[in-house]
Amino acid sequence: MRKNGPIELVFHTLFIIFLLAPLAAVVAVSFTDKGYLSLPTDGLSVRWFMAIAQYPGFIDAFWMSIYLGLASATVAVAVAIPAAMAIGRYRFPGRESLTAVFMSPLMIPSVVLGVSFLRFFSEIGLSGTFVGIALAHIVLIMPYALRLVLASVTGLPRDAEQAAETLGASRWTVFWRITLPLIIPGIAGGWLLAFITSFDEVTMSVFVASPETMTLPVRMYHHIAQTIDPLIASISTVLIVITGVLMLLLDKFYGLDRVLVGKG
Amino acid sequence: MASASLARPFALSAPGLILFITLLGTPLILTLMLSFYKFDFTTGIHPAFSFGNYLEVLSDSYFHEIFGRTFGVALLVTVICVLLGAPEAYILSRMRNPWKSWFLIAILGPLLISVIVRTLGWALLIGGRGMISEALQALHLIDAPFSLMFTTTGMVIALVHVLVPFMVISVWASLQKVDPQVEDAALTLGADKMTALRRVVIPQIMPGILSGSLIVFALTASAFATPAIIGGRRLKVVATTAYDEYLNTLNWPLGAAIAFLLLIANVIVIMSYNRFIERRYAKVFE
Repeated sequence: MRKNGPIELVFHTLFIIFLLAPLAAVVAVSFTDKGYLSLPTDGLSVRWFMAIAQYPGFIDAFWMSIYLGLASATVAVAVAIPAAMAIGRYRFPGRESLTAVFMSPLMIPSVVLGVSFLRFFSEIGLSGTFVGIALAHIVLIMPYALRLVLASVTGLPRDAEQAAETLGASRWTVFWRITLPLIIPGIAGGWLLAFITSFDEVTMSVFVASPETMTLPVRMYHHIAQTIDPLIASISTVLIVITGVLMLLLDKFYGLDRVLVGKG
Repeated sequence: MASASLARPFALSAPGLILFITLLGTPLILTLMLSFYKFDFTTGIHPAFSFGNYLEVLSDSYFHEIFGRTFGVALLVTVICVLLGAPEAYILSRMRNPWKSWFLIAILGPLLISVIVRTLGWALLIGGRGMISEALQALHLIDAPFSLMFTTTGMVIALVHVLVPFMVISVWASLQKVDPQVEDAALTLGADKMTALRRVVIPQIMPGILSGSLIVFALTASAFATPAIIGGRRLKVVATTAYDEYLNTLNWPLGAAIAFLLLIANVIVIMSYNRFIERRYAKVFE
């Protein structure tokens, strides 16, 4: 295999700078000691991180996003596991269409999902409730959960299960004692990816969220639409750190390249 | 044992299917119906069937401009993502570990960081008192502050940043199936670097470039947060217009019609593109 020449390496360096520059800008500004947007030229300060504590709106929104992510990722994975067993293990008429239905939230623009859920929830009286926004998130993140669980079900050798069956284990015992432990990496990876997707989602949530159920990205969007200040930069830095930790977890459980490139 | 009975796979997928029919099918149908309703600023929504909202969008030059901007920006972002993402995936594939894995994470990691945070980063960089403007002034390269906020250029830059990882993923995946020795063979047989690239590498990664383009185009056309923050009130796109109709004007039927036109336009683009790819495929593998 040929090595990369100087032109390639310059291109690569510029590309990486382009990708990381905005994140670096956010982190740099969040450490400013000034009362306005500026780089921390006179020394680092954590005053804008301390300031977050004085904005209960952001704190509440953060916990809302956490609870929402926990609830919707858990339900999505609980629904995805049997669906993945059906799609991965059986050949039946309508199998392709079933997969397409579960993957469809990826194809439909989030703004269409947003207007549709807003209409639906106001019709059935779930508008502005936690249950409403959680149901919307479950549908949205289902493809991510299903994809990873499905990948681990299809890649699974059947020998151990067949051995257990031969030895007289019931279907349930085989599932609980053999299959489930073997697909745990896929389940954990799918859950984490679903959680991250829910936690970051803004386009659909901006329609569905009420002041009581406002998620962190939605509150940040409304804040940025009014004003951009060091406060929003320090909140973003906290988010970058949290996402980084979740990314490391995802890498540990499942392999980040496998999740993102979709192999395996 | 597989396919022994139909009851089992259907029972297993029933929870998901019921969830999707009630929670995705019903809202979409309700909203499609809503898009045909009439709206009056004093009396609200009237459930009377008419094509009025669609005709309004299709005949008003105000909406033409918004749809034109949305799909123009989507096309431009897609082209730039091909020009940046495809070479980068190729360069990345020729690197050694651990560099390869580290850079792959650096490129794909931002996908998991909220689009709000990434767009904020661009607002900090390209604003009137932003870092790029300040740096260029400090270097005396420019005299007055310059800003790309609320410009199409700024919007395109930020959207390329948000979406180019998808192109890298897509081309990267197709590069995994390519045997690097084929390129070496071409070079050994006397082809120069450009010829090897043009005749050997690019045809092999074409499927990745095409499917990556589709993803980038569809996601750009329906992007909301980045155009809303960088474009502001002046440079409206379809998604931000639907949002304004829903939450500011409260004209839900019109907002629903705008959203469905976006969905329809996206589906038409994806389907005609797929047909184009099928025709190309025949050529690539002849």
